Amino acid sequence: MSATSTILRRELSSYFRSWTAYIVAAVALLVAGVIFQGVALGAGQRLSGQVLEQYFWTMSGVVQILALAMSFWVIAMERYENTIVLLNTSPVRDLDVVLGKFISLVIFLAFVLALSFYLPLLIQINGKITYSQMFVGYFGLLLLGSASLAIGLFASAMSPAHLGAAGILIAGVVAMVINGVMVLLFPLAKSMDPPLKTVFQELDLWHVHFQQGFMQGIFNLKDMVYYVAVIYFFLLLATKTMELKRWR
Amino acid sequence: MIKADNLTKFYGSKRALGPVSFEIGDGQAIGFLGLNGAGKTTALRILACDLRPSGGNVRIDKVDALASPHEVRKLVGFLPEQTPVYQDMLVRDFLVFAGRIRGMTPDRLTKRLAEVLETTNLTHMAWEPVRTLSHGYRQRVGVAQAIIHDPKFVILDEPTRGLDPVQIVDMRGLVKSLKQKHTVMISSHILTEIAETCDRALVLGDGEIIGQVSLTAEMREEGKIDLMVESEAGVPTSAIAEKLQNVAGVKELAGSSSATIHRFELRCTGDVRRQIDEAITEGGWKLYRLDRRTDLENIFLGMVEGGTRERN
Repeated sequence: MSATSTILRRELSSYFRSWTAYIVAAVALLVAGVIFQGVALGAGQRLSGQVLEQYFWTMSGVVQILALAMSFWVIAMERYENTIVLLNTSPVRDLDVVLGKFISLVIFLAFVLALSFYLPLLIQINGKITYSQMFVGYFGLLLLGSASLAIGLFASAMSPAHLGAAGILIAGVVAMVINGVMVLLFPLAKSMDPPLKTVFQELDLWHVHFQQGFMQGIFNLKDMVYYVAVIYFFLLLATKTMELKRWR
Repeated sequence: MIKADNLTKFYGSKRALGPVSFEIGDGQAIGFLGLNGAGKTTALRILACDLRPSGGNVRIDKVDALASPHEVRKLVGFLPEQTPVYQDMLVRDFLVFAGRIRGMTPDRLTKRLAEVLETTNLTHMAWEPVRTLSHGYRQRVGVAQAIIHDPKFVILDEPTRGLDPVQIVDMRGLVKSLKQKHTVMISSHILTEIAETCDRALVLGDGEIIGQVSLTAEMREEGKIDLMVESEAGVPTSAIAEKLQNVAGVKELAGSSSATIHRFELRCTGDVRRQIDEAITEGGWKLYRLDRRTDLENIFLGMVEGGTRERN
């Protein structure tokens, strides 16, 4: 069994054994449900497709916050509780640690998203939705959430060990700042001229690739490639940060 | 065998260790002894490949730690000062995890797990969550994770820290049992911990090795007693000395007196404080003061004080 799968299994069993994970998932679902009722279902007569778009828009915000909340502490907590020493003095690569933690977080996120399937199905009661829009939307949510998870993991990897609990807090702030900046690239691009405008727009995490693509049920390969690239980039940064902090 | 050459560790411009050089043979139990801040933890963390030295070289079982740290990590089991355990896991699951990340196969792990649980006296705790264990049992889990992969070298940083007296005795027993199969390195600032469990001590002071002591049974037993006895005026010192000479274990005695206080220096084998007290009471005198130091303590204090004087 590879080190990645060993770490993945430990992390997953830890999430599913702890009440915190269920509470986080329940709160996320509650918030999504309340907002869905208010913004999507309770906002007058509209086409079912528009209601579903509104639902995905709501969920995309919830998913980003949830993903950051799930990920910013995972490596920082290992440092705080000194369990990082166990990993650092074992013959495991930092890439195995990062991948194991990331994949387990993605699985947990997918579990939470699966629990929310009933919300778009409520639209079916008084309207009609296409399942392709639903599945593309959910796929986009998973990609967007995974990108936020990778950002959170990178911030967690950067957490300073010597600051104790404050280090975990700093990781949370750094995760929110990076994610926030990547979401603000699109509005920022409006005040710029090409070619910088195009670059900023295309690097935006939320507006161009999710709202103008997955959210509307449109599957563009470039959007998927973008999210995979963001995930790869931040996981690489997390791995390199871990390597720099280990054995020095 | 472990061979360290001119090891140094700097944090910025602050020197935490070195340069130090030492050799540790297979099957030995070595104590890293020193006051707080002497560099013991730094030295052990370097040997466990947790810290990279700023200079020098370490070869563990002929493997260059700087060139192949993962190879060295397979050979070493490490218990740091703060026990690295996942609170949410069961003891058994945690040890399985620790074995798997060290590359153990499931078959080997199954066999080894039972052995380790027995060695560390954790068999009855195997299905308990780590967070419900007492500090003493957590330390045992910490030792268990360090030996689960049957490493050639076991490094324990302050293994008795925070334990109560009964747990300390248990932990000493556990460490002694590890000596039979592994080369063991222990750090402590408590002399008796090292004296009870190790064959040799490296004494560190201000990041340097200020001495090495082979720990023999005689060193632990033999020592010096500084004694002051109070008597009525006119009692000769020789009368008290004669009584003290008859105490079993007293080898040499020298005395002097001023008025009613008599001073003695005794060389003794074993702890004879109670017998000396009884002899003085029998003679109708009063015990005014008694200080006992083993030879080991005298050597250690001599090294630390000498090291401090040299540095000053």
